[in-house]
Amino acid sequence: MDDFRDLYQQVILDHNQNPRHFHSMDNATHEADGHNPLCGDQIKVYLFVEDNLIKDISFEGSGCAISKASSSLMTTTLIGKTTDEATKLFEEYQTLITTGKGDTKTLGKLAVMSGVHKFPARVKCAILSWHTLKNALNNKNETAITE
Amino acid sequence: MLKNIRNDFPLLSSTNRAKPLVYLDSAATTQKPRQVIDAVSSFYESNNANVHRGIYQLSEQATKSYENVRKSVADFIGTADPRSIIFTSGTTESINLVAYAWGRKNLKPRDEILITEMEHHSNIVPWQLTTRETGANLRYIPILKNGTLDLSDPEKYFTKKTKLVSIIHQSNVFGTINPVKQIIDYAKSVGAITIVDAAQSVPHANINVEELGCDFLAFSGHKMLAPTGIGVLYGKTKILEEMIPFLGGGEMISSVSMESATWNEIPYKFEAGTPKIAQVIGLGAAIEYLNKIGMDDVQKHGQDLLKYALISLSNIPELTIYGDSTNRGAVISFNVDNVHPHDLAQFLDQDGIAVRAGHHCAQPIMTKLGLSSTTRASFYLYNTKKEIDALCESIVKTKNIFSI
Ligand SMILES: Cc1ncc(COP(=O)(O)O)c(C=O)c1O
Repeated sequence: MDDFRDLYQQVILDHNQNPRHFHSMDNATHEADGHNPLCGDQIKVYLFVEDNLIKDISFEGSGCAISKASSSLMTTTLIGKTTDEATKLFEEYQTLITTGKGDTKTLGKLAVMSGVHKFPARVKCAILSWHTLKNALNNKNETAITE
Repeated sequence: MLKNIRNDFPLLSSTNRAKPLVYLDSAATTQKPRQVIDAVSSFYESNNANVHRGIYQLSEQATKSYENVRKSVADFIGTADPRSIIFTSGTTESINLVAYAWGRKNLKPRDEILITEMEHHSNIVPWQLTTRETGANLRYIPILKNGTLDLSDPEKYFTKKTKLVSIIHQSNVFGTINPVKQIIDYAKSVGAITIVDAAQSVPHANINVEELGCDFLAFSGHKMLAPTGIGVLYGKTKILEEMIPFLGGGEMISSVSMESATWNEIPYKFEAGTPKIAQVIGLGAAIEYLNKIGMDDVQKHGQDLLKYALISLSNIPELTIYGDSTNRGAVISFNVDNVHPHDLAQFLDQDGIAVRAGHHCAQPIMTKLGLSSTTRASFYLYNTKKEIDALCESIVKTKNIFSI
């Protein structure tokens, strides 16, 4: 039961219900689509980057609470970070959700996602937005797919 | 309601996340009764030998048991000739066998293969592969919003070009039971070969291939109390005899020289290699178990549970049930407002309830109805109304958590 409470923490339910930066962006410098065919999750990530600095970030789409909360948390965490910092955080976050371990200081709010590692079937839900982000930053046009 | 059978299923008295297991995913695979488990282990303990080749008692016995199951399968689906029963690994292999051994030989460019928008991926992808090899075209009978087939304009789909018609008997997503007899008659009127994907129907009702008049019928043992890895392809003997082999190897030949080989007679022509002997024995025990209860009672139990569940679930205002065919099996797909199916399934799991969430290996139908995924509960002979109550209770609880 505690594992389960960790997975569906109040913060996560809140971000699911009231996702932050949940809209499209007209002046985006980077954008990419993500798709999880297994659950049908669909997401689009927009970035406004200047001098390697993420000045704005937003997302749109539909998905489960885990995927929506992870997208929402990702946007709140990355605003004001450099693209290099974002890439480093991606790796740190990936370790967190697959092993439950990570430096809470660097991860900040993202640390609430650590419960995912106890539910292997949900890791893909928690990582979709980040794969999509990576594609957007690399100007890759292909849809990020997690399954 | 069927009584006193839950004790036959060891796994049903176990727990899921420390709660009594409520298993509502039998459309994916069923639990196994003690009788099937014992039949498989007793085969390994006292009867194990390869079949069809040993000149010793043990092998003769194993061969006899194996071939007896072929007879009971034939009986079970209403055909007199056991040579029309081919053991495969499941519905998927059965359909692929026809696609390969009939399709590749007989289909020509611009011929048409007709399926429906309701199919499981296992009755779509083999035909897509076949069209690539043969130049034939794949066409779909459309589905209506209510989860039934649109058969209003048969001449549009059943034409002189139609050479093969393959249809799902009961939808694994909506439970819709299709009018296969009618479709087979349309197919026959244009001279097409017919295949019925009976993966979801054979476990639940009396199916009679002679009455249906189909040329082929495919189903899986694991969805009807038998082990995984065993399935059946029924085929009319005349057609089977004219078909090319599927897999090559031992068992399926009558003689082999350095240059070539001649084929064994049916059904062995299609059973290359050492067969799934223990699984076949398990299938035999499953059929015996079902026959003892009687398929009419199995069906009635499923229908009783279905009616009860449809009423109970409709009482939850935020819940939408997909498909409202009047003729349907014990499968219900639904969604709850503001709760993603994956989250719902995860919350139900926490209460010991096992359901399926996702696209149910039927992406085309989901796309057509504008759904990305649904939650699916399915019932079998061991389920109870109390379990459906537990399902509804847990759904309401979850819904409340997500609407705060
Ligand atoms: C309607 C239908 N057809 C085919 C299959 C495939 O069966 P198997 O995976 O046993 O080959 C399934 C299983 O989910 C099914 O529900």
